[in-house]
Amino acid sequence: MRAELEALRERVLRLERGSSPVADARFSIGSPVIDAALGGGLARGALHEVFAEGMAHEPAAAAFAIVLALRASGAKPIVWVRQDFVGLEMGEIHAPGLAELGLSPDRLIMVRARDGPSVLRAGEEAARCPPLGAVLIEPWGNPKTLDLVATRRLALAAARSNLPVLMVRAGGTPTPSAAASRWSVRSAPSCQLSGCQMEADAPGHPCFIADLLRDRAGAAGRGWTLEWNRDRLAFTDIHSTGISGNSAALPGDLVTVAAGGQDHPADAHRSGRRRRAG
Amino acid sequence: MRLVALSRQAKRVGLATGISLADARARIPDLWVEEMDHIADAALLDAVADDCDRVTPIVMADAPDGLTLDITGCDHLFGGEAQLRLGLSRRLRGAGLHTRTVIAGAPDTARALARFGHVAIVPPGAEAAAVRNLPIAALALDEKDCIAISRAGLKTIGALADRPSQLFTSRFGEEMTHRLRRLQGGAPAPLTPRRPIPMLWLERRFAEPIGRAEHVEAALSELAQEACARLGERREGGRVFEACFFRADGAVRRILVETGRPMRDPAVVKRLFHERLDSLADPIDPGFGFDLIRLSLLATETLASRQSSLDGHAAEEDQVADLADRLSTRFGAERVLRFAPENTHDPARAARAVPASFSPMTAAVWPAPQQGEPPLRPTQIFDPPQRIQIRLVEVPDGPPRRFSWRKKEFHVRRAEGPERIAPEWWRAHDADTRDYYRIEDVEGRRFWLFRTGDYATGAQPAWYLHGVFA
Repeated sequence: MRAELEALRERVLRLERGSSPVADARFSIGSPVIDAALGGGLARGALHEVFAEGMAHEPAAAAFAIVLALRASGAKPIVWVRQDFVGLEMGEIHAPGLAELGLSPDRLIMVRARDGPSVLRAGEEAARCPPLGAVLIEPWGNPKTLDLVATRRLALAAARSNLPVLMVRAGGTPTPSAAASRWSVRSAPSCQLSGCQMEADAPGHPCFIADLLRDRAGAAGRGWTLEWNRDRLAFTDIHSTGISGNSAALPGDLVTVAAGGQDHPADAHRSGRRRRAG
Repeated sequence: MRLVALSRQAKRVGLATGISLADARARIPDLWVEEMDHIADAALLDAVADDCDRVTPIVMADAPDGLTLDITGCDHLFGGEAQLRLGLSRRLRGAGLHTRTVIAGAPDTARALARFGHVAIVPPGAEAAAVRNLPIAALALDEKDCIAISRAGLKTIGALADRPSQLFTSRFGEEMTHRLRRLQGGAPAPLTPRRPIPMLWLERRFAEPIGRAEHVEAALSELAQEACARLGERREGGRVFEACFFRADGAVRRILVETGRPMRDPAVVKRLFHERLDSLADPIDPGFGFDLIRLSLLATETLASRQSSLDGHAAEEDQVADLADRLSTRFGAERVLRFAPENTHDPARAARAVPASFSPMTAAVWPAPQQGEPPLRPTQIFDPPQRIQIRLVEVPDGPPRRFSWRKKEFHVRRAEGPERIAPEWWRAHDADTRDYYRIEDVEGRRFWLFRTGDYATGAQPAWYLHGVFA
């Protein structure tokens, strides 16, 4: 029974890809724990969605997508399609900052799109170019044209060129899509620095709380707190939690009344999304 | 008010330019006059010149009322010079224009004969004879010089030509002798075409105008195929391609496509044109159809036939360059960018965004971050920096402990700074020195703030949020 099911799954996969399974179908995201949970990493020729938990965490979501792109692409060029409004709202891309995440800016081709349809159009065009390492797509909110068909087109283009397409959904809410995985990312308080000449109190390496809301391979419903190490181009696990456990993730995460109260809508939103994902 | 231009009928009844309007009205009571409109005249001449582009790409405007066309090598396409001349006059008459057309071996000869002569086509080598009977005015000299020559009793070009040229050179200057020789076809005349002369051009003429988008693209792709074959023979590649669509009613539309590197792959050229045509804000209107489509190469570069490298690396780079070209063609070169480092300590100018299509991928030297250090520069930056309200701050030079931005309160958990960045004095004299802080709030969001001004001086410093970290 199980063997038959496996065979059928394989067949469906082959039909979807339109070819035989490729050798490097998955890429490691650089954290042994998550890679193990994902069954060897994220699917390479697929669409992945990265949501931000509220607009204020958009930089974290974008950086998380860059980091995934970095893991997937080796030394190949990366195309980043961004809607103008994201830049106005959350700041324009700053190349030296990307270099500090480990992405050399000369590998990046930046496409600034005026509206949602152009973002998708440019993204799909880029996704059809196999020599690229990865494609980042960053529309604003929920564009009308971003529906199941549009994501399916992106996923197919990604599969055909065996290229990860990472969609950063700044200010968006999850809608039905053909994404292979869906993440929800927020910044996490950084850890104490060690091994460099810095003030004791200085903000440390980028930390993320990444919840895997959905995964085709079935690892959804888990969350991890991760620290990005630029020098190794890999994550350091701080700890992993069940998805509902991360609101009190770190001892440093003092939920002050003011901040908690301010962020209340975003939090409610988060739990709502979780229910849908579950 | 005076008459400046006349129709044929008006000339026939005896009016001439220069007579006053009152005078003319007295002679012909029902005279139809319009006020002179130089701008409209220039626009009309421009439109006619555009239409004449269908004969030859080398059209020179001879303001205010003339055009010079270089038809060298073009006449056989129309069945000979006489046919070409006839066809063109007929076409312009159809548009309601009376023209005088002369074909001659030198531009000045043709120009003078069209204005003062009665010859239609000057056979090769007969220019000097053809201009003999023209008046002195055909030389287009100053009025003063014209009068001086007439007073000397010389009325025609022939009379001038029979006399030794030194006489005139000493009296009227070198320029006049030059003009005379150019008029006789004896000296090369400078040509100043309205539009750049293409390196190569190919065209398709249609007996029946075509209007459907598929037909237009099919014609374009055939032209691209031929153009690329020709480029191959010349071992060149095109950088700037221009498609001209000539509408049957005379309107002309030009579409430009540029590539980042020399190109002679017809499929790529075709695809770029497809992108461009597809993304035009005002799509080309075929009207009653196009009867001529021309593909011109405005810029070409040497492109040797490439040997495909063993690892296929070059081919991959080409594919990425093609993608950049396609995206630039569709969205505009200013929207498809690449970053280049700038040697400055001013964070706002540390990276320059340049069009990706026109700047080859180079391994630029970006300052390498220190091993083990956290990111010191934000991934996203606000331009201009955003003003924030400080609720609680360590004075005199500590980081803020609580601030509000976009109506939200942020409680600072970790902070580092200040990093003092002075403005570049050679750029802005009055810019303030900024003290930057890296800040992390209790939720883990990381910001880049700066303060201008100093608490010590007593003035209230201003705080800004300049960027956000991952």
